[in-house]
Amino acid sequence: MLGRTARGLFWMFRYLERAENTTRLLEAGWRIALTRAGQKIPGQGANEWDSVLTTAGQHEAYTALHGEAVAQPVINFLLRSPDNPSSVLNCVSFARTNARMVRTALSSEVWEAVNECWMAVKQALSRPVTDKTLADVLSTIRTTTAVVRGALHGTMLRNEIYNFCRLGTFIERADNTARILDVKYYVLLPTAAFVGTAVDNTQWETILRSVSAERAYSWLNGGEVSAAGISDFLILDRRMPRSIAHCMMKVQENLGFVQPAGDPRLPCQDLADALVARVTNRDISAIFDEGLHQFLKSTITATASLAAQIEHDFRFYG
Amino acid sequence: MENQRFFDEMFLADGTPRPPYAAYAAWFGAEDPRHLRAKNHEAEAFFRRIGITFNVYGAKDADERLIPFDIVPRIISGREWAHLEKGIDQRVRAINAFLHDIYHRQEILRAGRLPPGIIARNEAFLPQMVGVDPPGGVYTHIVGTDLVRTGENDFYVLEDNARTPSGVSYMLENRETMLQMFPELFTRLQVRPVSNYPRDLRRSLCDCAPPATGGDKPVVAVLTPGIHNSAYFEHAFLADQMGAELVEAVDLQIHAGRVAMRTTRGYQAIDVIYRRIDDDFLDPLNFRPDSLLGVPGIFDVYRAGGITIANAPGTGIADDKALYSYMPDIVEFYTGEAAILKNVPTWRCSEPDSLKYVLENLKDLVVKEVHGSGGYGMLVGPAASKRELAAFERKLRARPSNYIAQPTLALSTVPVLVKKGLAPRHVDLRPYVLVSPKAITITPGGLTRVALKEGSLVVNSSQGGGTKDTWVLGD
Repeated sequence: MLGRTARGLFWMFRYLERAENTTRLLEAGWRIALTRAGQKIPGQGANEWDSVLTTAGQHEAYTALHGEAVAQPVINFLLRSPDNPSSVLNCVSFARTNARMVRTALSSEVWEAVNECWMAVKQALSRPVTDKTLADVLSTIRTTTAVVRGALHGTMLRNEIYNFCRLGTFIERADNTARILDVKYYVLLPTAAFVGTAVDNTQWETILRSVSAERAYSWLNGGEVSAAGISDFLILDRRMPRSIAHCMMKVQENLGFVQPAGDPRLPCQDLADALVARVTNRDISAIFDEGLHQFLKSTITATASLAAQIEHDFRFYG
Repeated sequence: MENQRFFDEMFLADGTPRPPYAAYAAWFGAEDPRHLRAKNHEAEAFFRRIGITFNVYGAKDADERLIPFDIVPRIISGREWAHLEKGIDQRVRAINAFLHDIYHRQEILRAGRLPPGIIARNEAFLPQMVGVDPPGGVYTHIVGTDLVRTGENDFYVLEDNARTPSGVSYMLENRETMLQMFPELFTRLQVRPVSNYPRDLRRSLCDCAPPATGGDKPVVAVLTPGIHNSAYFEHAFLADQMGAELVEAVDLQIHAGRVAMRTTRGYQAIDVIYRRIDDDFLDPLNFRPDSLLGVPGIFDVYRAGGITIANAPGTGIADDKALYSYMPDIVEFYTGEAAILKNVPTWRCSEPDSLKYVLENLKDLVVKEVHGSGGYGMLVGPAASKRELAAFERKLRARPSNYIAQPTLALSTVPVLVKKGLAPRHVDLRPYVLVSPKAITITPGGLTRVALKEGSLVVNSSQGGGTKDTWVLGD
């Protein structure tokens, strides 16, 4: 496979994953806004929209242009603003551009799905999003990106083309989960003064909602919400498809398919192994002892290094 | 508009369908027109979903447009096709013999059949190709011969398109669309399939593999300028259908005397490259130094037999408009036979008598730039305003040798579906021809381009043209 093709597949799925993650963040943020409008997060002097922006990595860019974080501008900034290179509209359009570039590597179903996703999202975001239209817009994004994923699973050969798609997905997802946790890590610290208050529960709920896991978590824990429980679930639980452990295991597995035993071992495989080791056979209390924030920060950095090493080892650029 | 002036391919003057259209006309008559109009819309949605779009240069905010598709097929009888096939085969053979000659001994010039200077002073002549032997002796691996019809048995070659003819993906996708929308028609009529084209193309290219080819299965790649090129869809489509790699210049490098592509596991040699970039841009070391689309040194590898480039560099001399008027002589010179397909009468404005005639009759003529393409830089006399005529007259006087002129051909019409039903529109036809050392393969059918504007004679997609599926009957 061409290095440029591997790059296109990898980024196509990173961008799609990013678009989905932003959508999920907005859904969670919107729900909080509906239930507790304007409430400041304890000890932060910031509201939920600030934290949504920070998780999306857009806080600085947003405040420079719009100042205070309030619902409408934040939603439109993250969904469709031309000033935001990571807006959902941009992500979907980049995903589609990459898909066009690697079109010969995709099944026609996947290509058509991403093309239709782009047409639908472009249409849905052609006008500013309002309170009235937000739900429909988010639902359009969610369903049309889901069709791309479905087409990938249902119609693509399980060869290295598929592996590079999956690598993009899981690298982006691991990064996203780590960010969500990091922005809210203070809620998870057992020593924080506000543990056990109602607001605190809202914060936890937001975390779970932004990874679409509130039901799964309740089901597993019988409704018992605890800092250790959530952290364990999102960091170490391999059954949870958005947990860091699950993502890293998938990255390791897909690298193993691209570069099976017998082929020369690549540096990116070592980095992946190291990332897997951080979340294997460990107790969540050990991570808390290490320092949750430290752990998440270094996970984000290591994931970025891994991505760069993959790009290098498979000659994405040269 | 007086329809009698033009040959209607579907209907006789009394309104009864001509024999090739009889079965279709019967089917059409029994269909609900509203249903058919809905199908027309369905076709558009289908094309947009698949992403069969083209980019228009210089158009604002319209980076991806659809070429309109009309659901009424253009039907050619088996007998008519057999005649065309013979004529195209002859013409393409002659073109390849001509190219070989012109880049070797130039017998045709020695024989005095072409005016001296017409080759050497021609920009389309590539001196770097002199003495080069393309693998398999093939110059034009892919040709798209543009034909127009003016009467029952009157077909003319308008252009030979010996460089990198485009549009073949539309031929294939138009047929797919028709098969999906009107399967019942294909049970009623015996339409010859076009779907073999990608396989034929691959086989034909592999038969031209260079001496340096390593394994028994040549590695084929399609070279595209990238996703912003107007024909990118087609490049991806052909690579996909052939099972070839779609490469850009950034993927390629010269390694150990071979052209190689950068894969995830290092560099891999390519044997045959189907390039969709112009000669000028192919190799910044040998041609245009500012080209970012090409591969430095690829031409040196080519000359040493390390790669097959399809089409060969320098084929543009064969479809140059300055040489067009000599094609009947060229065909006769190399095949020893009279040309089967007619040439459109052509005035070379470089000749004073011709120029005089052209200037006196400008309003009745079509004037083309010698090196233009795509309908740009062209004057259609009967459709031009007084001001446009005057402006063109000045251009002609300033650089007469830059132009040729032809009579306005009474292009045949095929109906398209409009609100009120069927309405005649002018068409041309581009069949696709594959050349290998073993065979010349002509796909039965081709791309029918249709001028959708009533009365218009310009069928180019960049100027408001559409396409139709083209059916060759197996009679």
